[in-house]
Amino acid sequence: MKIHVTINGVPTDVKVAPNEKLLDMLRRMGYYGVKFGCGRGECGVCTVILDGQAVMACLTFAAQAHNKSVITVEGIGQPGNLHLIQEAILDHGAAQCGYCTPGIVCSAKALLDENPHPTEVQVREALKGNLCRCTGYQKYVEAILDAAEKLRETSGRLE
Amino acid sequence: MKRPKYRSVGQNQRKVDGEALVTGQARYVDDIELRGMLYGKILRSPHAHARILEIDADEARGLPGVHAVLTHHNVPRIQYTTAGQGAPEPSPKDTFVLDEKVRYVGDSVAAVAAETAQIAEEALKKIKVRWEVLPAVLDMEQAMTPDAPRIHEMPSANEISNPEKNIAAQVEVTDGDPERGFAEADLVVENHYRAGRVHASHTEPHICITCLDEAGRLVVRTSTQVPFHVRRIIAPLVNLPIGKIRVIKPRIGGGFGAKQEVLLEPICALLTLKTGRPVRIRLTREEEFISSRTRHAQILRSKVGAKSDGTITATELEVLADTGAYGSHALTVQCNTGSKSLPLYRTHQYRKGVNNVHFKATAVYTNLPVAGAIRGYGAPQGFFALDSTLDEMAHKLKMDPIDFRLKNLVRKGDSPALLEKLGEGREGVKQILKSCGVRECIKRGMAEIEWQQKRARKNGGVVRRGVGMAVLQQGSGIPGIDMGAVTIKLNEDGSFNLMTGATDLGTGSDTILAQIAAEVLGTAADKCHVFSSDTDLTPYDTGAYASSTTYITGMAAKKAAEEIRRKVLARAVRMLSEKRGDLTLENGRVKGRKKSISLGEVCADALYEHDQEQIMATASHISYDCPPPFAAHFADVAVDTETGQVRVLKYVAAVDCGTAINPQLAEGQTLGGIHMGLGYALSEEYQFDDRGRLMNPRFLDYKILSASDMPEIKVILVPTFEPTGPFGAKSVSEIPTNGPAPAIGNAIFHALGVRLREVPFTPERVLKALRNA
Ligand code: FES
Ligand code: FES
Repeated sequence: MKIHVTINGVPTDVKVAPNEKLLDMLRRMGYYGVKFGCGRGECGVCTVILDGQAVMACLTFAAQAHNKSVITVEGIGQPGNLHLIQEAILDHGAAQCGYCTPGIVCSAKALLDENPHPTEVQVREALKGNLCRCTGYQKYVEAILDAAEKLRETSGRLE
Repeated sequence: MKRPKYRSVGQNQRKVDGEALVTGQARYVDDIELRGMLYGKILRSPHAHARILEIDADEARGLPGVHAVLTHHNVPRIQYTTAGQGAPEPSPKDTFVLDEKVRYVGDSVAAVAAETAQIAEEALKKIKVRWEVLPAVLDMEQAMTPDAPRIHEMPSANEISNPEKNIAAQVEVTDGDPERGFAEADLVVENHYRAGRVHASHTEPHICITCLDEAGRLVVRTSTQVPFHVRRIIAPLVNLPIGKIRVIKPRIGGGFGAKQEVLLEPICALLTLKTGRPVRIRLTREEEFISSRTRHAQILRSKVGAKSDGTITATELEVLADTGAYGSHALTVQCNTGSKSLPLYRTHQYRKGVNNVHFKATAVYTNLPVAGAIRGYGAPQGFFALDSTLDEMAHKLKMDPIDFRLKNLVRKGDSPALLEKLGEGREGVKQILKSCGVRECIKRGMAEIEWQQKRARKNGGVVRRGVGMAVLQQGSGIPGIDMGAVTIKLNEDGSFNLMTGATDLGTGSDTILAQIAAEVLGTAADKCHVFSSDTDLTPYDTGAYASSTTYITGMAAKKAAEEIRRKVLARAVRMLSEKRGDLTLENGRVKGRKKSISLGEVCADALYEHDQEQIMATASHISYDCPPPFAAHFADVAVDTETGQVRVLKYVAAVDCGTAINPQLAEGQTLGGIHMGLGYALSEEYQFDDRGRLMNPRFLDYKILSASDMPEIKVILVPTFEPTGPFGAKSVSEIPTNGPAPAIGNAIFHALGVRLREVPFTPERVLKALRNA
C-alpha cells in the first residue's frame, strides 16, 4: 500500500507493507538516526515525533503515519545548524554513547513544543520512556531545562 | 603543590564526535548496509542441558532465500574462549562455535543466513533436532556436589580448574597471618552476602557485519570493545591468518564490558566464508539478556577482626561465583573481587609490612546464562560484602562508620602486598600508592550529604530515614599487560589525524585523547581528528576495558604528541632562524621571539619545501603501576516499613580520579556508573524458572531505572596528581558502579537497624528482613 507522509517537512509518498513498522520504513529510507534497541516499545531509542507527539516508531505501523507529519532527529537540527536542544546536550556533555540521544532529542522537542516552561519533574516524566544506560539522565535533564530557557529567550526576542 | 596551567586538559571540551551524536549522523554497525547482505539468525537451545543426538537442517537449507545453515557438523571444532582478553587468555577455553551439546537455555545450536531476517527465522523453525535431555544444575552451591551433572567433559579440559566438580576457576591467596590477626581481635564480625545476576544492558544490542573485500580478505564490522583481540581470536576459528582479517569498530552504543566478549564475530564470519556474501547478525533484546553476558552472581563470606579501638587486625573474603555455562572471565573477575576491595584497608601490623588478609574464590559452572565482564568487574560484589561488614563492625564498636574507616584506610606511600600476590589471573605487580585523595573525598562528601546532622536525625514512624556511606577504589589498566598505542600525523591546515586502536564506546575517550594531544601540541582539541579503530589502519590497543584508556592510551597519545612536537620545533628552528629554546607552541602556531609560523606552514615545509617527510609519530605505552582512583559514596534513603520500598533521596559521590582531563565527562562517567549501581542495588535481577529459563528477558520486567526513578546525585571531583598518568590522570569509569549497593545497604541499616545481605534490596527482601529482625 502507499501512504502519504510528511517527513521532516518534506511531503512524500511511500510504499509500505501493511504490517511494516514506522521504524523499519524510516530506516530503510535512510533515516538512521532512528535506532533499534528492543523493537517492543521498552527502550525508546526509536522515538520520533508524529503530529507533535513523541511516539516509539517500533510500535507504530507505517500506515498510521498516513497524512501525518513525522519528525526524526535529522529534521530537528543538522551538523552546522543545531537546534538549541542539541547545543545544550553538547554543552552539558550529556550524550555518551549517543545511541539514546536521537530519541531523547525527539522527546525533548515534543515536550518543549507543548510546554515551554517544564519543571524538572516534567522533563524527567517526558524522558521516562527513553532508557539511557550511560548517563544516569542527569546531564540530559539539565541540558533540556537549559534549552527550554534559551528557547524562551529567543522566542521572546522574536515576538 | 603548585599545578601547571593547562589549556586543553581540564577543560569541558565538547565531545569531538558530539555533533554527529546529537544529530543522528553517527554511524553504528546497524547503519551500514552492504549490497547483497544476508541476515543471520541463531537457533537457541530450549533445554538447560542436553545432547544433540541428531540435527537435520535439510528442510531449512531447501527454503527459498536460505543461503547457508551451520551446525556443529560443518563448523571447525576448535576450543576457544569468548572472553576477548589478551594472549595468553586467563579464561578456560571451554567453548566451541557450535557444539553437539548445549549447556543453558539459549545456547547456540545452529545458524542460518538468508535473504531476509524473516526467512532466516522461518528456516530456524525448520531445523529438526533430536535431543537427549540431561539433568541440569541451576544452583551454584549444588554445582560442586558429587551428584551434580558434569557440564564440561571435553577431552582436553583446557585450563578448566576441576571439570569433575564443575569448577571453572579458583584462586587463593594469603598475606601475613590472618589467623593470628583474628585471634588478636577484640571483635570479629562475619557474615554471608549474596549478589544477584544482572545485565549490562547497553542500548545498542550486540551486532556484527562480515564481508569479503576485493582481495578476498575478511572484513568484520562489529560493536566491540576489543577489535584487536577479535582479530586474533577469530583467526583460528575461521582458519585465516591474522593479516587476512580486518576488524572495524564504528560508533558503539555502549558496552560496559559485555562487548569485550567475542560473541557473534566467529559465526557471522563463517557464514560469510560459506556464502561469499556479507552477513549481518544482530541480537534481539531477548537474546541480549539470555545469550550475551551477565555479572557473576556471588555468595560471599566476609570476615573482619578489629581491636576495640577500631584498628582492623585481619580481613577475609571467600567467594563462590556462578560463571554460568561457560567460564568467560571466571578467574579474573573473581580475582578482582578480592584485589580491588581488600587492599583498601590496612591491618594493625601494617607498619611491619604485613597485612593479615585471606582471599579465596571459586567460580563454578551451572546450566545458566554465561557471566563475563561487566563494569566494575567483580569489585561491586566485593565492596558490597566488605564494606557492609565494616559498617557492621563500626556499629558494634559504637564508632562512627566514617571514623572507623578513616582509622584503617590506606595512605599515599603504602604498598598493599595483596596486589603483588593477586593479579589478573596470575601474580600481580608490586604497587606503591603515589596519589591518594580518599580522605579528602570523605571530607567533601560528608559535608555535602550533611553527615553529622543526618546521622543524628531522630527516627520513627512508618517511613524511616537513614544515611550511609561506602569507600571505594578500582584500578587504572592492568599493570604490565595493557598496552595502548597512538599514531599522530600533521596536515597542511595545521590539524592532526590521531589514530588509535582504543575504542570509545561512548565513554568519551576519543575526546580525552584529543585533549591530551592538543595540550602537548599547543592547539585546540577539535584540531585533532580522532579515528578509532580499525585493525588495518590504527595501531594496536588492548581495548577498552579495565578502566585503561585514559591512563594507558592517554599516555601513548602524550608520547606521540611529544614526538611530533620535537619534529615541528626542529623545522621551525630553521624556518624562523630562532633558537630552539625560544620557541613555544601556542594556538596552532610556533612562536619565536620575533616571528611566528602556523603549524600548517610547518607541514607545508615538510611536504613540499625542504627535506620532505610526513611529520608523523607512533608511540606505545604500558605501565607497571595501576593507580587506584578512590571514591566515597553517600546515600540518604527513606524506607517505607509497610511496603518495604527503599527510596534514595540524595546521593553524593566524591571521586579522586587524579587530574580530570575533561571534568564534565568524568562527572558523566560517575553519574552513569551510579545509575548502573543503583539498579544493581535496588531493582535489577535475573529470575529463572525451575528449568533454567530466564523469566524476565525484557526491560518491562527487568527494571532499569528511568529518568523519573533517579535521585538527586551530586558528583564532586577531588583533584590529585598521579605522577604516572597523563597530566596526572587516573581512571574514572568503573569505580562508581561499586558504590550504591554498600552505601544504600548501610543507609538502610541506619534507618531500620536491620541489615540486608542480598542485592537487590527489593521491597520483599526489606519486609522479610524486618519480619526476621
Ligand atoms: S526500539 Fe522502539 S522502544 Fe525499543
Ligand atoms: S548515552 Fe548511551 S544509552 Fe544514553
